[in-house]
Formats: sequence, structure tokens, C-alpha cells
Amino acid sequence: MMNTPMNKSQLLTWLDQVSFVAYDTALYLDTHPYDEEALSYYKHFQGLRKKAMKMYEEQYGPLTLDGVDCDGNWSWASAPNPWEGGCK
Amino acid sequence: MWNYEKRLEYPVNIKQTDPKMAQYIMSQYGGPDGEINASLRYLSQRYSIPYREVANVLTDIGTEEIAHFEMVATIVHQLTRNLTPEEIKASGFGPYYIDHTLAVWPQAAGGVPQNACEFQSKGDPITDLTENLAAEQKARTTYDNILRVAKDPDVIDPIRFLRAREIVHFQRFGEALRMVQEHLDSNNFYYCNPVIDKNCGCK
Repeated sequence: MMNTPMNKSQLLTWLDQVSFVAYDTALYLDTHPYDEEALSYYKHFQGLRKKAMKMYEEQYGPLTLDGVDCDGNWSWASAPNPWEGGCK
Repeated sequence: MWNYEKRLEYPVNIKQTDPKMAQYIMSQYGGPDGEINASLRYLSQRYSIPYREVANVLTDIGTEEIAHFEMVATIVHQLTRNLTPEEIKASGFGPYYIDHTLAVWPQAAGGVPQNACEFQSKGDPITDLTENLAAEQKARTTYDNILRVAKDPDVIDPIRFLRAREIVHFQRFGEALRMVQEHLDSNNFYYCNPVIDKNCGCK
């Protein structure tokens, strides 16, 4: 999925999916910290999440304050809020 | 979506326990003008604000309030950790200890549990932002009251930081209120709810 071009809705769905897998694996690792298979699984999805975040922010605006690009205007204030339902 | 950063917004390193002071400062954890009520107020209000830039102020300040909630809890924890039964009895911390041992629990200094009735989410941007201005002043007053009775510099330093943030938030909410007013009829900002009343002065 990562190698095919994605529109905004597809990219957000991808980010939601890899983020959820990374988070749910982290929760498992909190109670199974020596599970090597889970550790490498987390590492894989951590990388996918970082790439997806970067790709989304470059094209569609910031997801967090760390992702704000200050060239031009303050994009944090104008980016849509998730409850508006307009992201997809 | 939120992510946790494993750090405090401003450092708290208290070396000397003081259960009496913990009972006072606990009010900013779960009391009427405490940090969790501040966060719940702003993060709940933002959905019905029709102006994206104003909703953003509520998101950012509501998020910072969670960081303050954590700082206040850290202060309470460090003021009460490893207390002996003798110290607890002598300090008047006993009633709290019986119900919560040395856990952190959201209540006011007088023992009243955290209560959402202490704040509003009213669905009218003018009403909500005016409440927020008062809320920041009430929290600032509480921190001033704490500073009047605190003696330990390790306690005073982070409380001063938290007090200063109330003033910054008051300033930002004043500006946010002005941003809402700029959408309305300058002859009368206050006679309608711009969210639901049609032609009530919205430009």
C-alpha cells in the first residue's frame, strides 16, 4: 500500500491503520517487554507510522505542532479539525 | 488523537514532604478551579465553536491543562510519598489517608470530589469564552492563595510557573473572544448565539 500513490482519504486511513497497530503492539509490549517477535513487529510499524505521518504532513498540513511548516502562514490554526468530518 | 510525552512541562523536584501543603495544592488537581476541570471545560467546548482558529485555541490550551494536571499530581505525590503514620496523624492528613492511602485522587482542598458541575460547556462561543476568562482568573487566585502559605522554594517554583500560565491563557482567551466578535455585528455582540440564531448579526 505504501508504494502506490494515495489520495488524502486513503493516506489518512493508512496512517490510522499503521498507528493503531503500533499503539496496540506497544500496549502488548508493556506487559511482554522481552517478546522479540513483538519488538520487531513494533519497530516495523513504528517506521511505517513515521513515514505516513511525514507524507501526510508534507501534502495536507500538520498533524501535530511538531509537524507545522512555518513557511508562509500558521497552518496549525487553519488545518481542519478531526470532528469536522471533512478530512476524508 | 493524543500522544504522551514522558516528561513534565516544567520540572518538579520536591525533597521535603509536607502533607498539609499537599492537601491544599490537591485543590488544583480536582478542586473547583483545578486543572482537570479546566481541561474538560476547553476540550468539551471546542466542538460547538464554529470558528476553526478559536477551536484551535481551545484544543491547545485544553491540552496544556492536562500537562498541568500531571504537574500538580507530581507535587502532591512528592509532598506525601513515604509518610509515616505518625506524620499523617500529626498533619491532619488522616481522613484522606484512610480513603486513598498515598494515592493521588481528584478532590478539592476541603475534600469535595471533582465535579463537572464546576464548569460549563454552553454551546455559545461568547458565553463559553467569557466563562474561560473567569476560570483562568479563579485558578490564578487559587495559586496566589497557595503561594501565600507555601514556604518551600521547591514547591513555590513550579506553582509560580503554573500561576504564570493562567495569565497567558487569560490573554489568549481575551484575543479568542475578540476573534469571535469580529464575526458579529459590532453594535451588539451579546444578544444572540451566533451558532444557532440566523441573521443575529453575523457578518
